[in-house]
Amino acid sequence: MKKLILTTTALALSASMAFAGGHGKTVRMGTEGAYPPYNFINDKGEVDGFERELGDELCKRAELTCEWVTNEWDSIIPNLVSGNYDTIIAGMSITAERDEVIDFTQNYTQPDPSAYLAKSADVDLAGGVLAAQTGTIQAAFVAQQGWTLLEFATPEETVAAVRNGEADALLADKSFLKPIADEDAELMLLEREELIGGGVGMGLRESDGELRAKFDAAIQSMKDDGTLNALIVKWEIGETF
Amino acid sequence: MACYLSTPKHMAFYWSFGTVLVLLAITAPLALLFGFGGATAARAQLAPVRWFGKAYIAIVRGVPDIAFFLFFVIALDQGFEYLRHQFFCPDWGQPIRQGNDFLVCPAAKLPLSTSPQIWHEIYGFFLAVLTFAIVFGAFAANVLHGAMRAVPQPQLETAAAYGMRPGQIFWRILVPQMWVYALPGLGNLWMVLIKATPLLFLLGVEDIVYWARELGGTKTARFTDYPHGDWRMWYFGALLLFYLAFTKLSELALDRVMLRLTRGQATLAGEAQRKAAA
Repeated sequence: MKKLILTTTALALSASMAFAGGHGKTVRMGTEGAYPPYNFINDKGEVDGFERELGDELCKRAELTCEWVTNEWDSIIPNLVSGNYDTIIAGMSITAERDEVIDFTQNYTQPDPSAYLAKSADVDLAGGVLAAQTGTIQAAFVAQQGWTLLEFATPEETVAAVRNGEADALLADKSFLKPIADEDAELMLLEREELIGGGVGMGLRESDGELRAKFDAAIQSMKDDGTLNALIVKWEIGETF
Repeated sequence: MACYLSTPKHMAFYWSFGTVLVLLAITAPLALLFGFGGATAARAQLAPVRWFGKAYIAIVRGVPDIAFFLFFVIALDQGFEYLRHQFFCPDWGQPIRQGNDFLVCPAAKLPLSTSPQIWHEIYGFFLAVLTFAIVFGAFAANVLHGAMRAVPQPQLETAAAYGMRPGQIFWRILVPQMWVYALPGLGNLWMVLIKATPLLFLLGVEDIVYWARELGGTKTARFTDYPHGDWRMWYFGALLLFYLAFTKLSELALDRVMLRLTRGQATLAGEAQRKAAA
C-alpha cells in the first residue's frame, strides 16, 4: 500500500514537472468582478469591463499568456503576496499605504474624483452616516474626516445601504456611481467631490520587478498610441491622458 | 424570463449547488474520520498522543472559523509549496520570504501557474475540504470523546472480565455503543456544516451564496442584457428554500439513523423499543 502511494505521488510529481517545461509563463490576473465599469461578471459569467479589455491588450503587447481569476476584495492583497495570482487589476488606486506592501505599475487612469451618492442633495455629511467599501481609499477618507463610517464588503452592498436608508450617502469612484445615478431617479450625485488617490494602477508583488517592467512598458505604449484613451472614453472612466 | 434564467451565468449558479453538495459529501465522512482519530488520541494511554489529541481539539475549537479560514488555508498552501520547493529546487539561490512576498521556484507552485484554471479550482476545492475537515473534525472529536465516556463503565469492565484485550473492548463494546450518544451532537455539526459553505468564497471557490449575491445585485443596462433592480431578496429566498429543504431532509435521515442505532441499547429509547416489540 505504502509503495503504491509512493509510486502514484512520484508519477503525479513527474507529470506536473513535464507540464512545467512545456509552456511559457502564464500570468494570472486577479480582479474583484463586482465594480462596473472597471470589472464585473457579464451575462456569460466571464470577467468583463474596462480592465478586462485593458488587461487583455496589455498581455498581448507584453507577449504574455493571461488568465483571469476573481477574488474577494478583502483578501485580494494577501492572496497576491502569497502567490495565488500574479497581478491585481481591480480598480485599485495607488496609495502610499498599499505601496508599502505591494508594488504598482504606472497609473492607467487619471485620478478619478470620488463622488457622493445620496437620495437628496442636502445631506449633512458630517452629521450623517456614510457608507464605503472596506479597505478602499474612500473608507480611509471618511474615517480621516471623523465622520460616521459604515463599511461593507462589496460595492453592491454600499449602494443598497443608501437605497434602504441605512446610510445617508456613499463615497466611491465617480465612474462606478455615475451609471447607477443615471438609471435610478431616486439617487443622485452630490456636487461635492473629493480628489483622493493617485489614479488606478496594476498591483504586483514587490519581488516581481521584471513583470512590472513589462506591464509598465505596455501601459506606456498604450498611452502613446492613444488606445488607452479610447478605452477610457468607451467605458467612461473619467478624464483621458 | 426563460432566457434570463438560462444565461451561462445562471448555469454557473446551478452548478455551484453541485459543488456545495459534493463538498459536503466528501467533507462529512472526512471530518468524522478526523474526529474519530482526535477522540481516540485524546483518550490514548500514551501521554504524547493524548496531548496531541487534546491540543488539536482545544486549539481548533478555540480559534474563530473565519480567522482559521483566512490564515490556515494560506499557511497550508504555503506549507505544501515550501515542501515541493525543497524537493524540486534544492539549489534555488534566493530566499523564499522576501519582505511580504512568498516566493518559491516556478516548478514548486501548486498548482503550476501554467496549468488551466480548472486545476486551480480543484486545488482550492481540495484545500477547502481539508480545512473544513480539520475544523469540523475537532468539534466531532469533542462530541465523540464525550460519547465514548457516556458508554456505561460496567459494560467495559464486563468485557475485560471476559478476557477481551483493550483493542477488542474498544472496537466490539465501546464503539458500537457510543454512536447513540454521539448522534445528536454529530447531527448538530452536520447542520452547521451545511450552512458554513459560504466560507468557501474566502478560498476562491464560488459557492451558491456568492452567485446569488452576484446575480441578485443591481444590474444597470449598460453592462448586461437583463437590467434589473436589487433582486438579492429573491435569490436569497431561493437559497433559503434550498437550505430549509436540505436541513429537513437531513433531519428525517438523522431520525432514521437514530432509530436504527437505538435498537438494543441500554438507553431510555432503546428500552421503549424493546417493550413495544415485546
